[in-house]
Amino acid sequence: MATAVEDRADGERQSPLSDAVVVRFAGDSGDGMQLTGGQFTLSSALAGNDFATFPDFPAEIRAPQGTLFGVSAFQINFGSSAIDTAGDAPDVLVAMNPAALKTNVPALKPGGLIIADEGEFNDRNLAKAKYDANPLEDDSLAKWQLLKLNISQLTMDAVKPFGLGNKEALRCKNMWTLGLALWMFDRDRQPLIDWLNAKFAKAPELAAANVAALNAGHAYGETAELAGPLKQHHVDPAPAAPGLYRTLTGAEGIALGLVAGAQLAKLPMFFGGYPITPASAILHHLSRLKEYDVTTFQAEDEIAAICSAIGASYGGSLGVTSSSGPGIALKGEAMGLAIMTELPLVIVNSQRGGPSTGLPTKTEQSDLYQAVYGRNGDAPMPVIAARSPGDAFDCAIEAVRIAVQYMTPVMLLTDGYIANAAEPWAVPDLTTYEAFPVEFLTEVPEGGFKPYGRDDKLKRPWVKPGTPGLLHRIGGIEKEVDTGHINYAPANHQAMTDIRKAKIDGIKVPDQIVELGAEGGKLAVVGWGSTFGPIHQAVRRKRAEGLDVSHVHIRHIWPLPANLGELLKSYDKVIVPEMNTGQLKTVLRDQYLVDAKPVNKVSGQPFTIAEIEAAIEEALK
Amino acid sequence: MNEMTTIARTTTLKDWETDQEVRWCPGCGDYAILKAVQRTMPEIGTAPENTVFISGIGCSSRFPYYMETYGFHTIHGRAPAFATGLKLANPGLDIWIVTGDGDGLSIGGNHTMHLIRRNLDCQIMLFNNEIYGLTKGQYSPTSRVGTTSPSTPYGSVDRPAQPAAFALGAGARFVARGFDVSKKLPEVLKAAHAHKGAAFIEIFQNCIVYNKDVFEDFAAPKGAEDRQLWLENGEPMLYAKGTKGIALDAGALHLKTVDVVDGDWQAAGVIVHDVTNRSVAHMLVEMRFGEFPMALGVLYDDPRPTFEADVVRQNQAAAEGKTADLQGLLKKGQTWTVTESGPEL
Repeated sequence: MATAVEDRADGERQSPLSDAVVVRFAGDSGDGMQLTGGQFTLSSALAGNDFATFPDFPAEIRAPQGTLFGVSAFQINFGSSAIDTAGDAPDVLVAMNPAALKTNVPALKPGGLIIADEGEFNDRNLAKAKYDANPLEDDSLAKWQLLKLNISQLTMDAVKPFGLGNKEALRCKNMWTLGLALWMFDRDRQPLIDWLNAKFAKAPELAAANVAALNAGHAYGETAELAGPLKQHHVDPAPAAPGLYRTLTGAEGIALGLVAGAQLAKLPMFFGGYPITPASAILHHLSRLKEYDVTTFQAEDEIAAICSAIGASYGGSLGVTSSSGPGIALKGEAMGLAIMTELPLVIVNSQRGGPSTGLPTKTEQSDLYQAVYGRNGDAPMPVIAARSPGDAFDCAIEAVRIAVQYMTPVMLLTDGYIANAAEPWAVPDLTTYEAFPVEFLTEVPEGGFKPYGRDDKLKRPWVKPGTPGLLHRIGGIEKEVDTGHINYAPANHQAMTDIRKAKIDGIKVPDQIVELGAEGGKLAVVGWGSTFGPIHQAVRRKRAEGLDVSHVHIRHIWPLPANLGELLKSYDKVIVPEMNTGQLKTVLRDQYLVDAKPVNKVSGQPFTIAEIEAAIEEALK
Repeated sequence: MNEMTTIARTTTLKDWETDQEVRWCPGCGDYAILKAVQRTMPEIGTAPENTVFISGIGCSSRFPYYMETYGFHTIHGRAPAFATGLKLANPGLDIWIVTGDGDGLSIGGNHTMHLIRRNLDCQIMLFNNEIYGLTKGQYSPTSRVGTTSPSTPYGSVDRPAQPAAFALGAGARFVARGFDVSKKLPEVLKAAHAHKGAAFIEIFQNCIVYNKDVFEDFAAPKGAEDRQLWLENGEPMLYAKGTKGIALDAGALHLKTVDVVDGDWQAAGVIVHDVTNRSVAHMLVEMRFGEFPMALGVLYDDPRPTFEADVVRQNQAAAEGKTADLQGLLKKGQTWTVTESGPEL
């Protein structure tokens, strides 16, 4: 597997630094591949491996069985050193039907292992996958190792004693496959058996059948002829600091971070949302957290979702809304109102492929322009981008802090990859986070009440309706300095526009650090958001080869860190890999007049490490 | 949730006026509505600081600036959504939505429908002037067929929406009608406020510049008796000084006008208004003016539990017996501990 350090015939090299394996489970949408992947992830965690995952599923809910577009895949990269990405090319592909093989095998490493359920390679399924001939029977898969097993039949045999119908019996296929995978990587089955017994507590015969399938898959690995490609591998645990860990997806990270942020601000939270992929998971998580003073509201549309959140902020709650690109576009006008009325608000954008409906279940970073510039008028708004599920937790807290400390809407960018991917997360100690309790204005201050009066941060006071003596009116028409009355006067509009800009420009954000490498040098690879993993690995590898390259990863997209301009100018060259056509690149060039060069990918798939490595080599030529 | 605040206070009309110069066109029906509201508020007896006026965009939506209460002039058509978030954040506030035919039924029709459907406790005053005033006179979703305007120089061809019928169709539990200069408007407003839930009030309003006197056929003082049917709960549906009434044609299942001879409305089959009768309410909102008088007053009033009360109840029930232990929540799910000897569950 990937443990060997060797030069391959096609020039692709294995990392000399990681002892890592990439496994991809691919099958029909109904085959339970996401579940299989999720449980394999837990077993990786318990084996002490570091890991990263990439669930890749179709936009269709119940795509017709056996079709190419109905293939659902789950990739996991696990290893004994730090893992930053879900891995480039898989070492092992588990293909549950011809369509899964066809759509996934091109990604498999040369020499990699295919485990195929030959029971599903019948004429009907081959035709659906548009195969003229059975690929398991001809030489078309010759550059890989092929292990064909009739997983369907083996599963049926294993669960026979439990009297399930054919359909239900075949549903246990994924557990048989998982059992085999657990054997391959020398994993303990007991946690999975416990999990199955708990999951099917109300249907003991289903629990027993699934456990039997799991055991049968495992036993098959143990007893089958080992001369073939099937071998057992042991991946050593990755060094990890002692402590409590959990798996965390980006959607969980955001939801928990928002709750933590609201608690640190000592505010009730109001979340207005509307169903949209891949943002809905945040609404789902929060709607179960009533005891944390969270009110969730599924609005009639995206516009009502943000407007209700602004209404709640006006009432003294922390207003939060969340969506993906098309929904964010609909919220644009209301964001302008939140900017004009200077009310706190957090807007989460789980980016997906665009434009328009685009690629609902695939990932992209193409909403940066929309976040930074995408409103009518001069409408500055802070923008923060999360790099990983764990980072999303901290970014959500940071977004809440800025929103309430500066009375402004804040956009938090994440993406479909972060939202769905899981990583191990060291559970933080909340007592280490500094609280930032909100103080509402409750009585007329010395010098009289000015709804648009300001403190040293240029923040206006937050007054809850219901407060006697502070009655006032706000709205979207230009405000008079201090009083907040309607005022169209030219000098006043200039003054208010300047104040709005100065307030956002003045937000204190931490100085930019260099993630890997040094300040100054030949090349900086500058990224933001979920490209962190591949950039970090690629820079690590290239530095190990002795190249002068550093990794800079920007969390605060707007306002940018105060030292960023100087930092970027300390490198001879700057490249900016992004899953868009060059959006951060434009901002950097505009702000600092640096010759930042774009490295772009917009296929709906994350960058591979190899792609970033190639870009580094190209830049340093 | 914030604590409920139900402070009653003795106020006068002056207490509800702001120092802001009112900027509607001279003679606009909005002035009369503003005065009617400012006159009604002291009688309702709530405290100005506990009252919030929320509006969208349009002539009517300037209203909050002139009320000495909390006020939010929001964006076009979305006032119901802001009101929903505010009411859920603080159910103790008394919320009045001010909207128009374009704001509330065209760009914001969706929000109006859902606010009514959910039954958020608030008053929705829809000023219907059958025209877009602030954008200089284009026809609106309530304009009559054939309305000539800058955008319809050959006359509009689409059929108008009927606000009261729309509201009832959306599930409203309170529907009323009034008009700007009517002396009975405060009574309608009071009834709307007394209704717990979404109270929808269509207020016919004269746009003196772009759609002048379009309601004169029933609103003009002269002959009003014959053209206005003011509904009173428990009273027969009589108009024209008691000489005419509304009866049910039971065979055809629709309303009809009947002559009442010598005040014997029972003999004429005139219906007694029951504000909780939803079937009759549906007929009243559909009653075509001309063939019938204009139905005014409280057409329907039958409260149901409100949205915010149900949300609060559910939130409390779901939180019952649970503590907000965030540190504990972070530890939930698939966890393991890394120790010196390796990971374990």
